[in-house]
Amino acid sequence: MLTKRVIPCMDVKNGRVVKGINFVDLRDAGDPVELAKVYDREGADEVIFLDITATSDNRATTIDLASRAAAELRIPYTVGGGFRDISGARTMIAAGADKISMCSAALRNPELITLASRALGSQAVIVAIDAKRVGNGDKWEAYVAGGRIPTGVDAIAWAEEAARRGAGEILLTSMDCDGTQDGFDIPLTRTVARAVPIPVIASGGVGKLEHFAEGIIDGEADAVLAASVFHFGTFSIRQVKEYMAGEGIPVRLDF
Amino acid sequence: MAPRIVIIDYHKGNLLSVARSLSDVGAEVEITDDPGKIASAGALVLPGVGSFEDAMGFLNESGEGAALVDALSRCVPFLGICLGEHLIMESGDESESGFCEGLGGVKGTVRRLESSTLKVPHVGWDQLELTEVGRRCPLFEGVSSGAHVYFTHSYALSDDLNEDVIAARTDYTRAFPSAIWNGENLFAVQFHPEKSSTVGLRILENFVRLVPGSIA
Repeated sequence: MLTKRVIPCMDVKNGRVVKGINFVDLRDAGDPVELAKVYDREGADEVIFLDITATSDNRATTIDLASRAAAELRIPYTVGGGFRDISGARTMIAAGADKISMCSAALRNPELITLASRALGSQAVIVAIDAKRVGNGDKWEAYVAGGRIPTGVDAIAWAEEAARRGAGEILLTSMDCDGTQDGFDIPLTRTVARAVPIPVIASGGVGKLEHFAEGIIDGEADAVLAASVFHFGTFSIRQVKEYMAGEGIPVRLDF
Repeated sequence: MAPRIVIIDYHKGNLLSVARSLSDVGAEVEITDDPGKIASAGALVLPGVGSFEDAMGFLNESGEGAALVDALSRCVPFLGICLGEHLIMESGDESESGFCEGLGGVKGTVRRLESSTLKVPHVGWDQLELTEVGRRCPLFEGVSSGAHVYFTHSYALSDDLNEDVIAARTDYTRAFPSAIWNGENLFAVQFHPEKSSTVGLRILENFVRLVPGSIA
């Protein structure tokens, strides 16, 4: 049976992992590839490197990261952030990334999703959506620029359009829940999961083991993403997967 | 001397993870697009993602395809991965104009996965159900039936293959053949062993052990 995935995400700035790291046995805990190798050994199903470098000056660093990851990792990985055009996406895949993830660039120019999925295949194109609740109802707005700029675009309609244009997956981050450790935004995750015919990766808010299972069972997500709880060593990937298996979720434990 | 494996480069993607995985398990690896080197190789790996028709076009034009068929006639160990598995078949239906001829190493065709309920492409970690052939297959020594490996594909082998060559099946939209073995030198898998963590490395290690020059 196709398993549900557990994905650690690393925010990378100028080639270095940001957010706290709690791995004492690492030669270089700030090196995203070294950290990803630990997650690979621990049973991560894939990893995501999110380039949050504000300027485009360090693109070469990110391409270098992608090619080092190709040599070192034995699981698939995604590079996200900083894409402006199709050639940038192509370069990253040529460097060895299995998938690329686009957020602001796709919202500014939705045609980019169409072009990327044609050029690279849908399986290689993730559209990342940063969504924030509007008012009290089940309505969310998509943000760009790392969640700084509201767009007025309805997040659900945007997810539908991304899927129609050939996105292979939606990486859905709740800005309301991100950093709270109170769990995923279940209504948001479920609404998007039901609206699109492609896998949804739930992101933002994990603090407890129960949250991972909730994202899959109640949120109907295909994958769950977390950063700090893994970086700080609150949970190991195996612990999360064993918990999920105990809740009846199909996960990969033979690693 | 380490066992030498030639990876066939047909200019459709990054071969670094395949190359590094093979060298991690003890092979000396050369990536080449030179038909001469392919024809005289002691062992071959044909990796790949992308379109069947594009890849066949390149393999035919470059002479790599003919060199590969040549090498196979000498019974050298061969491993096809993902699109490489499809290309070794008689034909695939990936072409817009219908069936496109493959390398013809194994009898059978390739067809798209179809489903109204399941998502296609089939992407992620799924299980190998080893057949009786698979349980005898040296590629899967030490690998349990039900092991998880990484898939990413929209097309898969159809059901017109001889049962004798099907080493594993995976059930997604249909129970498609996910690994084949001709009983001798030819192995091909739908999943990506180079992206399949320890299970994948075990499979690659098993392949390397079949290569001349290997200690085991």
